[in-house]
Amino acid sequence: MIKVLPFFLLFMLVPGISYAMHIAEGFLPLSWCLFYFLLVVPFIAAGMKKITSLYELDKKNKMLIAVCGAYIFLLSALKLPSVTGSCSHPTGCGLSAILFGPLVTSVLSLIVLLFQALLLAHGGLSTLGANTFSMGVAGPFVAFAVYSILKKKNLKIAVFLAAALGDLFTYVVTSLQLALAFPSSSGIFSSAVKFLSIFSFTQIPLAITEGLFTVVLFDYLVKNYPEIKKLGEFKI
Amino acid sequence: MKKNILLIVLAFAIIIFSLYMGSQRGDLGGADEKIEEVIKEISPNYRPVFKSIFEPPSGEIESLLFALQASAGAFVIGYFMGKVKND
Repeated sequence: MIKVLPFFLLFMLVPGISYAMHIAEGFLPLSWCLFYFLLVVPFIAAGMKKITSLYELDKKNKMLIAVCGAYIFLLSALKLPSVTGSCSHPTGCGLSAILFGPLVTSVLSLIVLLFQALLLAHGGLSTLGANTFSMGVAGPFVAFAVYSILKKKNLKIAVFLAAALGDLFTYVVTSLQLALAFPSSSGIFSSAVKFLSIFSFTQIPLAITEGLFTVVLFDYLVKNYPEIKKLGEFKI
Repeated sequence: MKKNILLIVLAFAIIIFSLYMGSQRGDLGGADEKIEEVIKEISPNYRPVFKSIFEPPSGEIESLLFALQASAGAFVIGYFMGKVKND
């Protein structure tokens, strides 16, 4: 955090447009749309299978998966202001990735993204694959990895960093997806730097906020529903 | 419990700080439309391949649907919290 701070301050002084959130309908060439659809299919299939096996294992999991989905619904509806002068929203995927792993999270993200694409013209049907990949696969895998590495050292810090970094990484991947599809005249790299510098800075305060909320909810769940700790032991 | 309240207060402080800083630097507009401008700047010949099937006819309807999404999520979380506490 301290290392990032100078850049953070620098960025606040540099005017410029900022944007964030999912890739809009139509703003990804067809071949890339197809590529990401194919890429997420195995994750969705494995996620559905895992959800079915979780139901069979314990009926209570059904309710808890619903809570994780509801948390994604809630957080991704909240467009929050960012220091860069534009609004973006957190993803809410951290909780689900921590409790049930990234594959279940892929399915839940798909549901939320579908809702937003159909009813809100936010994201899009053609870009559903790409958005599911960034929000439901890339982010949750980072969150899950961070949580797995840190949970034995400090549970709360593990939850905080998992949620915050998963959120941030989602938008890093979105900028890379845009850069790959729209390389500037001087190449993919300069395009990526452009998308990334704007994207990641907008998302930093939101990622911290999401981390804090997730710690509070996780703490409440652990205290009132002790079985939840067993869930953390699940493998991918 | 007290710690959690502090964390929530901290989260709100970050949001309020961002609102203050952000409103001085930009219009705090919804950002996805701006993607369009940047993409057009990078590749001027690009035309959107698809259009949304349904778009909320006005800002009011859009905020209605976003509020519906948030409240549906909050309802399920609240229901579960109440249930596990009483079980």
